[in-house]
Amino acid sequence: MSFPESTSIVVENVSKEFTLRYQRTFKQVTVAKMRGEATKSRFKALDDVSFTVEQGESIGLMGLNGSGKSTLLTLINGVMRPDGGRVLTRGRIAGLIATGAGFHPQLTGRENIYLNAAVCGMTEKETDAKFDEIVDFASIGKHLDSQVGNYSSGMYARLGFAVAVNVDCDIFLADEALAVGDKPFKRKCLDKMQEIRDSGRTIFYVSHAAGSVRKMCDRVLVLENGRLGFDGPVDEGIHYVKYDSDDEDNDDDELGADV
Amino acid sequence: MTETPSHPEDPSEGGPTGASEGTEGGAGNRGGGKGPRKGGRGPAGRAGAGRQAAYVVDAPLTTPSPSPGLVEVFRHRYLLRLLVRREIQARYSGSFLGLLWSYINPLSQFLIYYVVFGIIMGRNSVEAYAVHVFCGLVVVHFFTETFNAGTRSIVRNKALVRKMAVPKEMFPVASMLVSLYHVLPQVVILVVVCLFYGWTPDPLVPVALLLALAIVTCLATALAIVFSAANVFFRDFSSVVSILTNVVRFGVPMIYPFRDVASKLGDTLAAVYLWNPIADAVLLVQRAFWVGATPDPEASAATELPDHLWAYGGVMLVVSAVSLVLAQLIFRRLENKIPERLT
Repeated sequence: MSFPESTSIVVENVSKEFTLRYQRTFKQVTVAKMRGEATKSRFKALDDVSFTVEQGESIGLMGLNGSGKSTLLTLINGVMRPDGGRVLTRGRIAGLIATGAGFHPQLTGRENIYLNAAVCGMTEKETDAKFDEIVDFASIGKHLDSQVGNYSSGMYARLGFAVAVNVDCDIFLADEALAVGDKPFKRKCLDKMQEIRDSGRTIFYVSHAAGSVRKMCDRVLVLENGRLGFDGPVDEGIHYVKYDSDDEDNDDDELGADV
Repeated sequence: MTETPSHPEDPSEGGPTGASEGTEGGAGNRGGGKGPRKGGRGPAGRAGAGRQAAYVVDAPLTTPSPSPGLVEVFRHRYLLRLLVRREIQARYSGSFLGLLWSYINPLSQFLIYYVVFGIIMGRNSVEAYAVHVFCGLVVVHFFTETFNAGTRSIVRNKALVRKMAVPKEMFPVASMLVSLYHVLPQVVILVVVCLFYGWTPDPLVPVALLLALAIVTCLATALAIVFSAANVFFRDFSSVVSILTNVVRFGVPMIYPFRDVASKLGDTLAAVYLWNPIADAVLLVQRAFWVGATPDPEASAATELPDHLWAYGGVMLVVSAVSLVLAQLIFRRLENKIPERLT
């Protein structure tokens, strides 16, 4: 099956099963086997999920806790492979799912920026070009050349976030990550996300906050126990997950609800 | 807030970016490894209407997972370099002497062997005994460090492995490179010490050394790759590795001379003994340095080294290379389950 040039993400009959292990040590397994108890069971995190996303769409992925949102995101990100079906993507993927992954506490902020950017797939040249923007966004100032281990947790998170949003990507994934930082920083993040959206990149935004989904997205997918329950316009989607009773006061509250 | 737009308005922009990505392997896994993108990363015609579907990504629609294999690791050599540098810097961070420690440690070990075995215990049956041991130590250290650190590497980097789609062989390979980096100071000390013993280098010295290092590199990386994956499923494997590395330490002609193996085990068992690639690597390094440091190099070479050492070395290099290929095949079967089993 072929897809047009404008297709950004294809998810086709994707299933992902996890094995739950009850016993892990030799002793536990032996005892369980003798008693005839199950030593493991399987659980379907995603069950036959299909959809396609066009380049430039911004998708809000909603659903209750444990409905498979993060699993779907790791499949699209390429960390895991589906057990059934296939996932195809076009272009480079970055996002707020690995903020600060690979930070080494004993290295300086500067060194960590390069490392983290490389982990996100950036080359040295690209990082050089983006470096000032990243530092500026993180606004860690004079701490840039001190060890990341000495950073406050907010600074640490901001640095990871700054690298992630400045990666030159075609698909941007965000997993409930706006919960970091103080109010001005959250404000800045939302602006940046909107800028990313307006630049025509595909956005995949996981959130429980009806307000920010309404603001950011033009299509909503709802997962229910690993199945795709809804795929369509934003307002209907929010109504479908019954989050529309949420108040939309202001951005800060919306973002706060992201936690 | 005013961020500069990441893409200039000009739709023709993107050629150079695309080209550098392909070569450096930066976005290689995303692009599916089908060569460099042919440009066109910029959003065409963004001015005006704000959001349009005219943003064209000139990349194939492929699976987002990185393709497996060591080739992929070397496509990401920039990240690999940074990971290796991170390990080395982190090891010496906060230390005043820093990198000097990688000279002090082997030197102190040499002196201990020199004093304890050379002078106090007086093992005069082996000429230049301290050099004999040290030749073995260089190889054994490289092997055990790679094997130990490599086995733990994926579990230790789980924050990365669980979040980012990087080729997972990257981590054992990085461990190997960190260990290889520390071989250099040891070789420097070995050369200096040998010069004191009146060693004169011959053209085959670098050949023997490189052959030995190549054997150990392939074999240790192969083992590190397999055990790093196995260790994710059962942490028991890191304990198994400790035992194995101990076996290796005594399974090579380091503390005892090879001559004793041949005389006490007999020719058949000595031939079996030589099927241990690490033992051959040690003998090759001894051929390069220790033999020349003994009073009568030619006699030592005749009595202390096995016949057909070079042939054994060559065959073991092939064996190690094959094991590296096998290791990748095993790893490929295990790696799918790694992210979900890393908790």
